[in-house]
Amino acid sequence: MSTILDTAKRLRAELGADYHDLLIEAIYTDAAQIADSCVSHDTKKARLTFDKMLDRILTHPIGGFVAMGIMFFIVFWITIVGSNIPSQMLADFLLGAVYNTLHEFAAALSTPAWITGFFIDGVYLATAWVVSVMLPPMAIFFPLFTLLEDFGYLPRVAFNLDRLFAKAGAHGKQSLSMMMGFGCNAAGVVATRIIDSPRERLIAIITNNFSICNGRWPTLILIGTLFIGNTAPPALASLVAALSVVAVAVLGIVMSLIVSWGLSRTWLKGEASVFSLELPPYRPPQVMKTLYTSLIDRTLIVLSRAVVMAAPAGAVIWLTSNIIIGDTSIAGHMVNFLNPVGLLLGLNGVILVAYIVAIPANEIIIPTILMLTLTLGQNIAGAQSGVMLELGDAEVYTVLTQVGGWTLLTGVNLMLFSLLHNPCSTTILTIWNETKSLKWTAVATFLPLAMGIIVTFSVNLLVHIF
Amino acid sequence: MTAVTATCETCPAYNAAALKKLGVQVEAADYIIALAGNPNTGKSTVFNALTGLRQHVGNWAGKTVSRAEGAFRFNDKKYKVIDLPGTYSLLSTSVDEEIARDFILFGQPSVTVVVVDATRLERNLNLALQILQITDRVVVALNLMDEAERHGIQIDVRHLSRKLGVPVVPMVARKMQGVPELLQAIEQVATGAYVTRPYRIRQYDERLEQAVQTLVEAIHAEYPDLPNARWVALRLLDGDASIEQAIREGRLGDLTRNNEPGVIALEAVS
Repeated sequence: MSTILDTAKRLRAELGADYHDLLIEAIYTDAAQIADSCVSHDTKKARLTFDKMLDRILTHPIGGFVAMGIMFFIVFWITIVGSNIPSQMLADFLLGAVYNTLHEFAAALSTPAWITGFFIDGVYLATAWVVSVMLPPMAIFFPLFTLLEDFGYLPRVAFNLDRLFAKAGAHGKQSLSMMMGFGCNAAGVVATRIIDSPRERLIAIITNNFSICNGRWPTLILIGTLFIGNTAPPALASLVAALSVVAVAVLGIVMSLIVSWGLSRTWLKGEASVFSLELPPYRPPQVMKTLYTSLIDRTLIVLSRAVVMAAPAGAVIWLTSNIIIGDTSIAGHMVNFLNPVGLLLGLNGVILVAYIVAIPANEIIIPTILMLTLTLGQNIAGAQSGVMLELGDAEVYTVLTQVGGWTLLTGVNLMLFSLLHNPCSTTILTIWNETKSLKWTAVATFLPLAMGIIVTFSVNLLVHIF
Repeated sequence: MTAVTATCETCPAYNAAALKKLGVQVEAADYIIALAGNPNTGKSTVFNALTGLRQHVGNWAGKTVSRAEGAFRFNDKKYKVIDLPGTYSLLSTSVDEEIARDFILFGQPSVTVVVVDATRLERNLNLALQILQITDRVVVALNLMDEAERHGIQIDVRHLSRKLGVPVVPMVARKMQGVPELLQAIEQVATGAYVTRPYRIRQYDERLEQAVQTLVEAIHAEYPDLPNARWVALRLLDGDASIEQAIREGRLGDLTRNNEPGVIALEAVS
């Protein structure tokens, strides 16, 4: 047995570094000969130039980035404008009609108050909130994104970014795993398997969290609409809101590049490897099929994940805000404890508690914040403790500004913190599975959080100085 | 019911009717089918066409980086399909290529279907040729024929099949064209009705050829029945850790082709 290995070792030493070149040359020569003998090109039917023309624009060193910005801007704008009305209708129905019916039903059965509170005001409301906040934007955003993907546009984005990643000392394929991260960071981390150098793969894993994932888009879209969009005249509000969301997404890409650059010069030193990226032909997207799969597979899967997380979270929130220790509830103690830190970051205690509750799923950030703000703040809008109320976008704004004391700064910093904080627990687990290293899992978890703290703190400081 | 004549049995329409998509019920399969191919050749589309599953299909490299499994029943035999990550070669150290390489070698699929992009035949053949060095039970699915036609590319399918020594099935998987023919080819190779004569790479440099020869002799001295000793030699020259380990643990002998088709050794890969 060992004779085989010994012979192999000896021969390997003899062949030296040429081995790979010799082997690949042999395979390529054979492949070329076979292909030559089987393929004939019809000269009359020259290659269609549409693809080439489109590529000349979309992968242009400058035009490519402009096209990219416009494309994503349009996608978000359609999402923001389109989801407004259905969101309101869903809220009216789930948080108004259904919620009231459930309460009447419970009253008729004369169930104990803590049971109605726990199930209807806790579990049901949290779930209904997530559905009405998330479903409309997702049902619009995912199909649009999938259509772009099917058309073959995403590899062009990767192609445009490849040069930047190479300059940052990272693998060009990182732009591909980053694109996957825009759907789900856990999927993006798995996608780094296409990178063969362990060094560059680690960089790609650590920076994947800077791609805004499904769970974070709705938060950004809502806060962007309420706080940034509202600063502009009404006619321009949705445009400005869409721009703010694009700006955060682009900031994520910039962060990804900066961190890659930093890591490849310090902890993970090395040269960028060379690779070839194939630009697939543009293909007419199969619209109906795409709508169906992105609605059924993506939207419903993400939504069901959010609901599965929201139900227990609702229960936990209801319990923590109704169990009183000393003079206030558990949630109250936590918020009071974290409030000084939150204010230092231009956020507040409620937001930080929400980010702790939402470690399993970023999707429930907004409902948690609203509920905690309402129950801990003064009791306008008739909130009982632990109850998430029926609120349209306008009322949400009122609650956050008047009860929560939010300002434009809070909104901006929440959007920044949404980009820069620890990955969700699923992603952390995936990083552990892919790296099997406690150290790198910890780095990937805490590095973005540390950056979030630094960035929000600096923004807060700057605002207060000027 | 009218009697099925001999001509019926070779008719694609008849074969399509015999296909029963089983989704994820993968237990107790008679044959294991591996799906390999370059990224973005429509591998996942072929997978979905065979199993009835809805693996998300993306128009870019790196969409599928782990194994997906599904199953179908065809002419009373159950086939388990494994969708391998799309790769350009099987020679580098990235995780996706390792998964594909180790499965084709150690998983010993009954048939490996190589999905090939007809518009980029030369580049795609590089992978197909590498797979033909590992296993002789191969079917080439020549996908995206409609795009090739749109670009004015014509491919002599029969000549390609003769050259490679394995069945080549022209397909447009998106429109389900060629699926019945693919099923038939898979069945014939799985049962051994179609005897493949896989193409072996010839243009080796003399130094490389000599090294491979020496090593193949050493391997054959130990494992006389190993069918893909040349590939094993090539991998050992590259220092492939999983093959070295298989030798140390004496598992390489398990790869000896059992003459009964469909006998599987899946444990080796898990």
